[in-house]
Amino acid sequence: MTAISKPEAAGPDLAAPPQAPPERRIRLRRVTADEVYPVLGSAAGAIALVWVLYEQLLPFSGAVGFWLCCYGVFLILYAAVTAMRYGQRDVVDRLAAVIAATAALFALAVIAEQIGYIAYRGWPAVTHSNFWTQTMEFTGQLQPLTSGGVLHGMVASLEQLGIAALLAVPLGILAAVFLAEVGGILAHPVRIIVTAMTALPEIVAGLFVYATVILTLGTRQDGFAGGLALAVMMLPIVTRASEVMIRLVPNSLREASYALGASQWRTVWNVVLPTARSGLTTVSVLGMARAVGETAPLLFTTGFTSFLNANPFHGPQTGMPLLIWDFIRISPTTDMIERGFGAGLTLLIMVLILFTAARALGGKAPGELTRRQRRRIARDAQIADRQHGGNSHGS
Amino acid sequence: MSPMAEDPPTTSLAQPAEDRPRVVSTRIGPADVAFRTGARLAGLLVLAITGLIAAFLIVRASSTLRAIGWRFLTNLQWLVETRDAGVGAILPDTILIAFIALLIAVPVALATAIFISEYAPSRLRRPCIAVIDLMAAIPSILYGIWGFFWLMPRFIGIERWISDHLGFIPFLKVPGPFQPGNFENSTLLAATVVSLMIIPIVASISREVFSQAPAGEREAAYALGSTRWGMIRAVVLPYARGGMIGAVMLGFGRAMGETIVIAIIISQVFRVVTHPLQSGGNSIAALIAQDAGESSPSVISALIAAGLVLFVVTLVVNAIAGIIIARSRSGLQTVD
Repeated sequence: MTAISKPEAAGPDLAAPPQAPPERRIRLRRVTADEVYPVLGSAAGAIALVWVLYEQLLPFSGAVGFWLCCYGVFLILYAAVTAMRYGQRDVVDRLAAVIAATAALFALAVIAEQIGYIAYRGWPAVTHSNFWTQTMEFTGQLQPLTSGGVLHGMVASLEQLGIAALLAVPLGILAAVFLAEVGGILAHPVRIIVTAMTALPEIVAGLFVYATVILTLGTRQDGFAGGLALAVMMLPIVTRASEVMIRLVPNSLREASYALGASQWRTVWNVVLPTARSGLTTVSVLGMARAVGETAPLLFTTGFTSFLNANPFHGPQTGMPLLIWDFIRISPTTDMIERGFGAGLTLLIMVLILFTAARALGGKAPGELTRRQRRRIARDAQIADRQHGGNSHGS
Repeated sequence: MSPMAEDPPTTSLAQPAEDRPRVVSTRIGPADVAFRTGARLAGLLVLAITGLIAAFLIVRASSTLRAIGWRFLTNLQWLVETRDAGVGAILPDTILIAFIALLIAVPVALATAIFISEYAPSRLRRPCIAVIDLMAAIPSILYGIWGFFWLMPRFIGIERWISDHLGFIPFLKVPGPFQPGNFENSTLLAATVVSLMIIPIVASISREVFSQAPAGEREAAYALGSTRWGMIRAVVLPYARGGMIGAVMLGFGRAMGETIVIAIIISQVFRVVTHPLQSGGNSIAALIAQDAGESSPSVISALIAAGLVLFVVTLVVNAIAGIIIARSRSGLQTVD
């Protein structure tokens, strides 16, 4: 459901009764055949031409170069095709549209290519059931894929992520409430620092926790320190995105709440946060998806181990990203690289689960109701009708 | 004395009709006081963490910095044990990688953002935003192994082509006869993979700014007969200039701090890199990551000093970006 269809969805029955002639809405962003076929034709022509020149006639090689040349030739062909029918202004306009669209396609292609490649390379390791039920405790570098697994990494990653989320999500949302609702002189510098910290080098987060917790307080490397480092990294991301979400809550709702005599605290707790709940859920889980894949904050904080260690407060605990780093870097035998890709696929699946959960749990515009909420409102309205005059019960 | 003497006439009953705004005051309840204090503390905590990072890095790096001093910024060697270490050779390549990454990422990211906010049909917009978010969520280590195992063999061809045909530009030439080993692990490859990682940052911030361009001015441009691209150039891009600059700088900061991708792809050298196509390079973050297993206090101190340099440089770049982004969102208090 897109946000655009919301008004119709709210009251489809109300719109039906007046029998006006069906009005066809003109869609501003409609794509016409005149726009589609020249693009397809130019693309086909470009691939064919470049294939002949690049692969057959000229001494070039390499897939990346091939597609770069294709793209350049495609743009030239498309400009020529458009220029046969339209003037210069339209040529520029259409070229801009095609360049914008292909840039988005490129992003999509990179994602698809990466996921596909990781899945392809990781498949051999993952299909052995021991990969998800064993640890590397009794497995050496030269042993085949039928031995050893990444169970310890998954446990460690989930626990460290849990610690990071427990610390960073409430604090991040509270800081966002401060920026959006309370404000004051402090808000401006805090907002600038938060924006700056979203691009904090991940390795610095790890170094910071190492310098404070491990060197100064004198504890050993353990999962909790890793969770702390992830939290330092997550906090600004959650804060910034939550502030955007809280700002999307319409001001009229706040004013209505104040007009009913609610205090600021009541307004935030009962009106603003519930209205933004879906968005806040999305940004929190997206922040978690970002954090679970971070390697650099863990480098100094969690230590390396091949044992299963379920206690994040004692002993080293190696998370998935660090495990991949370990597999790929320290021991470049074929099986270890396969294990690295298998662990990469596992990590990718964890990220994708979090990512889909973020979209499924939230992803609605503020104030947009779920189906259950809409049903409840309808039911409440029916009850109120039956009681005749019971004009509300506060919720 | 004189003010007191003059006061009575102005407040006398001679001008009773003058309107004064009534002083409106709200009494803030204890719950609200607690709430505001809590929220302020959370905001302060973010500042405090930033300050603490700087403080602790300075404290822990002090032994190195005291021994080496300002020469740490210019020293080309990395010989920690003999107190002859510095980031003079590494910092330029860190900046070079970030700069090349921006050259590749910015056009793609801006075009993607324009597509999402201006061209995409409303049905497609949500999935497009999801793709950009997913691109940001894919773990950096996966970018790293993808870049190392998939992209590197396919990238040598294009590097060789550039070196052969554009080699008359001095820094694009890779000296010596062609060997794949000369081109693997190059600065350019690392920068290309990093560029893919900063595309989502630049794209999502600039998309936010683009979509805030006022609808009235867009419609005015159309009413004057503009094409869509004409409208974008005349209305959207000028309106979003500040936000775009901020987004690009934020991407620059992110690219400089990128760690694991560079540590996987690049083979470390300690010299000033002048040929980005040639194998070998370095960056501060990658150096720290490579030596993370070290336990000797002097090495750790030197690494933390390098981290401090990185932190200060990125924080300055990012804070300027943050100021520009915050300023570009004029009407921040009233928007939506």
